[in-house]
Amino acid sequence: MKGMMKLLLTGVVFAGMLAPALAEDKPTIEIMSSWTSGGEAAALDIIKTEFEKRGGVWKDSSIAGFGAADAAFQNRIVAGDPPGAKQGVIGLAAADFVGQGLFNPVDDVAAAGKWADALPKSIYDLISYDGKVYLAPTGAHGESWVFYSKEAFAKAGITEEPKTWDEFFAGLDKLKAAGIVPVAWGGQPWQQTKVFNMILLSQVGIDGFLKIYVDKDKSEASIEGVKKTLDILGKLRGYVDDGAAGRNWNDATAMLITAKAGVQFMGDWAKGEFTVAGKEAGKDYGCMIVPESPGMVYIADSLWFPKTGNAGTDKAQKLLAEVVMDPAIQVEFSLKKGSVPMRADVDKSKLDVCAQKGLELMTAGNIVPDQAILLTPQQVGLLDDFVDEYWSGGSNDMASAAENFFAIFE
Amino acid sequence: MPIKRKPHLSATFALLPTWLVAVVVFIGTMAWSIRLSFTNSTLFPSSTYVGLAQYVKLFSSAKWLASLQNVLIFGVLYVAGCLLLGFLLAAALDRKIRFESAFRTIFLYPYAMSFVVTGLIWQWMLNPTLGIQASVRSLGWETFVLDWVVNRDMAIYALVLAGVWQGAGLVMVIALAGMRGIEAEQWKAARIDGIPVWRIYVSIILPQLGPALAAAGMLLAMGVIKTYDIVVAMTNGGPGNSTEVPAKFIMDNLFGRQNLGLATAGATVLVLGVIIAVAPFRYAIYMRNRAKGVA
Repeated sequence: MKGMMKLLLTGVVFAGMLAPALAEDKPTIEIMSSWTSGGEAAALDIIKTEFEKRGGVWKDSSIAGFGAADAAFQNRIVAGDPPGAKQGVIGLAAADFVGQGLFNPVDDVAAAGKWADALPKSIYDLISYDGKVYLAPTGAHGESWVFYSKEAFAKAGITEEPKTWDEFFAGLDKLKAAGIVPVAWGGQPWQQTKVFNMILLSQVGIDGFLKIYVDKDKSEASIEGVKKTLDILGKLRGYVDDGAAGRNWNDATAMLITAKAGVQFMGDWAKGEFTVAGKEAGKDYGCMIVPESPGMVYIADSLWFPKTGNAGTDKAQKLLAEVVMDPAIQVEFSLKKGSVPMRADVDKSKLDVCAQKGLELMTAGNIVPDQAILLTPQQVGLLDDFVDEYWSGGSNDMASAAENFFAIFE
Repeated sequence: MPIKRKPHLSATFALLPTWLVAVVVFIGTMAWSIRLSFTNSTLFPSSTYVGLAQYVKLFSSAKWLASLQNVLIFGVLYVAGCLLLGFLLAAALDRKIRFESAFRTIFLYPYAMSFVVTGLIWQWMLNPTLGIQASVRSLGWETFVLDWVVNRDMAIYALVLAGVWQGAGLVMVIALAGMRGIEAEQWKAARIDGIPVWRIYVSIILPQLGPALAAAGMLLAMGVIKTYDIVVAMTNGGPGNSTEVPAKFIMDNLFGRQNLGLATAGATVLVLGVIIAVAPFRYAIYMRNRAKGVA
């Protein structure tokens, strides 16, 4: 119906001749993402500009909130009218779609661009299904970060980054005493789960973390680690403000930007918000990996390419995959988004201190994947439920809570 | 004495499309959903049957049980609150006050709004760091607390408050229309007998409004089952499970969690629940009509 109207209207304007010719010449793509916050939109714009420069036509269908975007995307898939590209994480989330033959591979682009050499092997494996490359990775995010406002720290008299959880809580007490909200808490389940995971990594180490999430190990050591994690998480309840429930992560970041709050646990995309507000890493705000953590949790974004049955879109998908993996674009995109480039062969000098810290951990292999990469969406949802229930329930019964944690994998 | 009717061929044909739609779209999709609830479908429908496994999973989920409890609390308070407030508003407007139509518009206005808008407005007002609490505190009352949306024990009542604010206007309009249909003679007679006004409303007007209020209550009750948007806008089911509702549970599992089997099991339980709740009423009405027919 809408298409008919459009055709009719363009027909009137161009007297029927020009319009169809134009539409077929240019590779057109409709991209669906949940990148709508300031920093995210700026990063997406980098890809858009280059894509258009190389002759593509860009149609943005961004929807705030990845849950909402996912729902809309599934509706479009089921209705047989998928968008040309969708932003999504690498790993298990896309597996069902690929398994049903709903996505186009970008194997030839990957081969031509030598992606196998440019990407870390673990990432390359996660974008390939049955030996074919399907996803075009945009950037990796470190998720073990604590961001802090230097102004707030100065006011509270904290001079050094805390190295242990004890020091960390001592620092939070100082912030509280100075009349500053100690923790800018984003009270949405997915954010709380990220905090849970970064604490877990600090308590059980890289091997312990993988044992729990990959091998679903239920040994005494794992249970003890979960209990210690819940203990720390429970303590944090005393350092958040009344408005925390349901708060968006970027609203929490804004509390740091205005020095109303001291610290925020968040993935490095929060840097995008600082950048948009004109704040500089290392000068106005600091970034540290959570205390006692031997490494970093990471998540990686990519573009998915659904089959649309339209030759023009197929062409556009290949072009988009090329653009996204272009070394220069990878760096530019990461600067805006706050992420770490996926390619190992890019110019690192432009990256800020935080991204360089993150890249160090990545190249040293001190990283573990986020739950969205390791678990099925059902399990991810149950994990969110578990952490949310513990956090907002106010219970300190760690033993039975730890029991519930392992029920997620059943 | 039953009247014999000739079958009207043209009328039957005219109704055929509607019938087809009803059968295919409503009953067909319902059957399809119920079928899926017995399979292990995740993102896409599958035909591996797993018996009642999804139902077992459903009723061992604390979230689902909480959602059933919440919708019950919300439903009872919301419908009762709307009916009560709506009736009182109608009675007030019925007193031949000045600017009646202006008030009528104002009270009905919230109903014209989407639940999403209502939810957002109330979320902002009840948010302790932005809304009423913050403004009262900035006026000097430092210990004032109004934190319903973020308080686990009060969040569900915050939903009721917002819902009643929106829905009361509808009841008011329906009740007012009913009141205007009541003969003026009754008022005169009651006045002569010296009956107080409130007593007239309770004992004379209210019983006559029965059917109108029942219709309004039915409309509201149907909204309760579908409750989704106001929850998403106001609390998103939180804090914890405290405002989770079945429709949201189903939507989350259908889309976010790629769990078609569990979602359709939830939907099936919801339909069964509605049928169980509505059947006695339908039966009572049917019996009453039959009794009338005999008499």
